[in-house]
Amino acid sequence: MATLQFQTSNAGASAGTSQPTQTSEKETVLQAKNLNAYFNDFHAVKNVNLEVKRGEVHALIGPSGCGKSTFIRTLNRLHEEVPGARVQGEVWLQGTDIYAPGSDPVAIRRNIGMVFQKPNPFPALSIFENVAAGLRLAGFRRRSMLEEVVERCLKQAALWDEVKDKLKKPGTSLSGGQQQRLCIARALAVNPPVILMDEPTSALDPISTAKIEELVVKLKNDVTVLIVTHNMQQAARISNQTAFFLTGELVENGPTNRIFTKPKDARTEQYITGRFG
Amino acid sequence: MERRFEGELQDLKSRILEMGGYVEQAVEIATQALEERNAAKLASVHPLERKINHAHVVIDNACVEILARQSPFAADLRLIIAIIKINTDLERMGDQAVNISYNAEHYLADRKIDMAQDLTQMGQAVRVMVRKSLDAFMRQDIVLAQQVLESDDEVDAFKNKMFQGLLPFMKQEPQSIESALDLILIARNLERMGDHATNIAEDVIFACTGEDVRHGGQGRE
Repeated sequence: MATLQFQTSNAGASAGTSQPTQTSEKETVLQAKNLNAYFNDFHAVKNVNLEVKRGEVHALIGPSGCGKSTFIRTLNRLHEEVPGARVQGEVWLQGTDIYAPGSDPVAIRRNIGMVFQKPNPFPALSIFENVAAGLRLAGFRRRSMLEEVVERCLKQAALWDEVKDKLKKPGTSLSGGQQQRLCIARALAVNPPVILMDEPTSALDPISTAKIEELVVKLKNDVTVLIVTHNMQQAARISNQTAFFLTGELVENGPTNRIFTKPKDARTEQYITGRFG
Repeated sequence: MERRFEGELQDLKSRILEMGGYVEQAVEIATQALEERNAAKLASVHPLERKINHAHVVIDNACVEILARQSPFAADLRLIIAIIKINTDLERMGDQAVNISYNAEHYLADRKIDMAQDLTQMGQAVRVMVRKSLDAFMRQDIVLAQQVLESDDEVDAFKNKMFQGLLPFMKQEPQSIESALDLILIARNLERMGDHATNIAEDVIFACTGEDVRHGGQGRE
């Protein structure tokens, strides 16, 4: 049976010689160091250095094709699944370099949940089994434990009240917004320290979007969220930190309040005031 | 890329400058009437105040609409916030010009006091502050805005001098109390106008740089 690593929300980085540095009071949970990503010869992400603090929502913004989605897909080793794609540099998750030789990408993805643009519940599985899927893959079988985790995660994802009487129905029977919250519950089930979200509301209506946004803000107490969004108002509403990407480079990163009122870089200013992009 | 929004921002700036022009005229008329002892002139402050009040409402509505529809960020957001605040300052300055015109009318109908010469100088200093603050807004000129901040002390000093000079005078010549009180109230309104011009200059610096220089920069990060 595979082992499932349950992380506590305060689990710290273990000691090591190449520890991620800390620049403020909050602990760094995830850190990219000199990270580069390529699609064959195309240099999609250029030497990015970024620290993500525990308990924060970190938004990635930038025009289409700026490398922000590619960047987050390097953070759970999903990028390398694309033929011709490769990564250079380091990504530290709680004190471990996920690109160190011998690292298991599958184990890493279990530790970093991901939510995509379009909700993608497993079509053949019920609502219950969608949430339990990660645990079952990890070898957990005990019904009472699965029920407990499923209920907790559906509550965390603000979906429990809407689905508690139809847990055996297919996940795909839910509305788009509910499906997305189901996917968030599924990601939460393995108790990851970080969840990556790649434009999680771009296919949703405003009400469903608002529910997901509320959820993200609440979730940050339990899990760090890195969210790619094209919607700058969304980044401004829900994130603590914002990183602006342009042509594969991280142009500016800082507190959201500052980025949206007083950006330091002229390119950030131009982008967020709609002068290009 | 030329933004559709750009036209709306330019339009707002033009409206503020037009409103500022009315305020400048109102201050000029009120203070010149006093200098020239020409009470008839004071009546023209009132139609200007009505124009100022109208502009106040129009500009506020335009700002609300832009905030609701455009969700501006960064320099755009700072400019809109500055305009909302400058709009309020200009409206208050219009009211103060009217207050001055009432006190001036009363004063001119009564006995003359020698301190009026100081008041003339104070009025001129305030007019310069108002003009410079509006020029700083128009040109987004933080150096000029800084000059406005520095000249506020001069206006405050005039007010203090007026108060200190008039107090013993009122004790010595109780029959002149009403006239002296008019001058004190005029000085008080001029000093408040200087404060509003200072606010405008601070808002210009905020709009241009994002720096909050109010109260010695207490709000700085």
